[in-house]
Amino acid sequence: MLELRGVCTYYGNIQALWDVDIRIDEGEIVTLVGANGAGKTTTLMSICGVTPVQRGEIFFNGQTIHTQKTDRIVRMGVSQVPEGRLIFPELTVMENLELGAYLRRDKQGIQEDLEHVFSLFPILATRSGQAGGTLSGGEQQMLAISRALMARPRLLLLDEPSLGLAPIIIHQIFNIIRKVNESGTTIFLVEQNASQALKVAHRGYVMENGHITMQDEGDKLLRNEAVRKAYLGSVD
Amino acid sequence: MPSPGFAMSTFFAEIDWRYLGELFFSGLTKGSIYALISLGYTMVYGIIELINFAHGEIYMIGAFTGLVMAGVLGSLGFPAVGILILGAVAAVVYCSAYGYTMEKIAYRPLRGAQRLSPLISAIGVSIFLQNYVLIAQSGEFLRYPNLIPDMPFLQPISYMLRPSSFLIIVTSAVVMVILTLFIKYTRLGKAMRATAQNRKMAMLLGIDADRIISATFVIGSALAAIGGILIASHTQQINFNIGFLAGIKAFTAAVLGGIGSIPGAMLGGLVLGCCESFASGYISCDYEDMFAFAILILILIFRPSGLLGKPKSMKV
Ligand SMILES: Nc1ncnc2c1ncn2[C@@H]1O[C@H](COP(=O)(O)OP(=O)(O)O)[C@@H](O)[C@H]1O
Ligand SMILES: [Mg+2]
Repeated sequence: MLELRGVCTYYGNIQALWDVDIRIDEGEIVTLVGANGAGKTTTLMSICGVTPVQRGEIFFNGQTIHTQKTDRIVRMGVSQVPEGRLIFPELTVMENLELGAYLRRDKQGIQEDLEHVFSLFPILATRSGQAGGTLSGGEQQMLAISRALMARPRLLLLDEPSLGLAPIIIHQIFNIIRKVNESGTTIFLVEQNASQALKVAHRGYVMENGHITMQDEGDKLLRNEAVRKAYLGSVD
Repeated sequence: MPSPGFAMSTFFAEIDWRYLGELFFSGLTKGSIYALISLGYTMVYGIIELINFAHGEIYMIGAFTGLVMAGVLGSLGFPAVGILILGAVAAVVYCSAYGYTMEKIAYRPLRGAQRLSPLISAIGVSIFLQNYVLIAQSGEFLRYPNLIPDMPFLQPISYMLRPSSFLIIVTSAVVMVILTLFIKYTRLGKAMRATAQNRKMAMLLGIDADRIISATFVIGSALAAIGGILIASHTQQINFNIGFLAGIKAFTAAVLGGIGSIPGAMLGGLVLGCCESFASGYISCDYEDMFAFAILILILIFRPSGLLGKPKSMKV
């Protein structure tokens, strides 16, 4: 479904991604784990066409997308829940959700999806008239996920959805991610919280300093000695 | 011994209410124009953090479009009201095209450059447009025909509210209500607010930021054009330079209201217009412009976020 081949991305003269190869098949949950500053966010922004790719190629369902503008890529079915959530603070929860469906014209379907995200996160329904900026961190993350789902994406990109959240909320969020995947959406999950991410993912990639250094099935990486040492605080 | 109550009542008795009313409506008239222009400054700033110094020139070009239309349509025998309406439509269309083109040519190529570059480009555009009109028209003040119909219902208060003032206040109010509803409820309006709050996120939702920026310039220019037509029919004389002072005043209004805030620009315009009017009426009309700049400086020093703007730290 999504394939990155030899992707190199720069910020000015500084190279952030070095020949990154990633493949995600339809229906999978694939995770990308790595330390802070490894290049995970850059990878997602390169996929979405926000940060331009210098060399290499990105394909989505067989079409090259690294030369496309972001709105074209979104239109093809790629949605992102970005790092830091990026809720529109002065728009209401409802307006944030409506903007998630910005490119859609099917009123009926939008209404259905609205009810769907309210059933996933009932708290959002009770907050729908409130400004996005007044929500708690956990609620904002729920809103960010819901907003992305309102686009009815084929591929959902999530950038550290667990960052800064209480364990019980993290648990809830990861359950939703699994649920969304089971209903047919392919998921690319970027996390520093490697243990949680590798548990939920079918396959995983490990990134260090802009390079992909390992890839394997989720539970195999979870048992891998080097990964445990580097990302899971060794023995647990 | 006179009681304080007595002093108060003589104070009120001594107020010249007619004069006060005159100053108030004259302030509201000017303030409405400032508000219309300052919306363009504030909307553009809200989205790309650029002070579009050429915005006052769009207003001036709006007034000239009205003048040219009046000449053409007048010679064809159109009635005054027809000329006024068609002139306004022409000014809106023409100025929108100017705003659109200006952004595309002078600002878009500089996006992502240092902050100073588009600012200098804006000043360049401003000088260019002024001189273009100076050459194409003339440096003199040109007479603008009286196109505003009599309004008999204003007769009882005609000493403080002229028909042209009435037209300015009502038209501006209607335009601002429409703009507010547009920004709040339409798809494009919501996309504009989203882009202003976080451009990257707006893009990630499939909003074409370039189109939103163009739309912002077009809307701001259309509002300035309406302001230009209205003021020309009011003062009945224009020249190539009217955009300069009006632009600075409107910018002051935008800062006063809180730059980036749409209701702020509306409020800032009206407050500035009234302050100016009262200062010139009760102190001296020589102080009118100085007063506006004193307000600008005081706001920048003591409350840079303006009346309705949020302090910088709030803007994530
Ligand atoms: N806007 C930027 N400008 C310059 N360098 C950046 C920018 N964003 C990220 N970087 C650098 O690129 C590298 C990768 O960052 P990032 O993709 O954010 O990592 P991660 O998401 O894995 O924490 C880091 O060294 C970071 O400092
Ligand atoms: Mg990151």
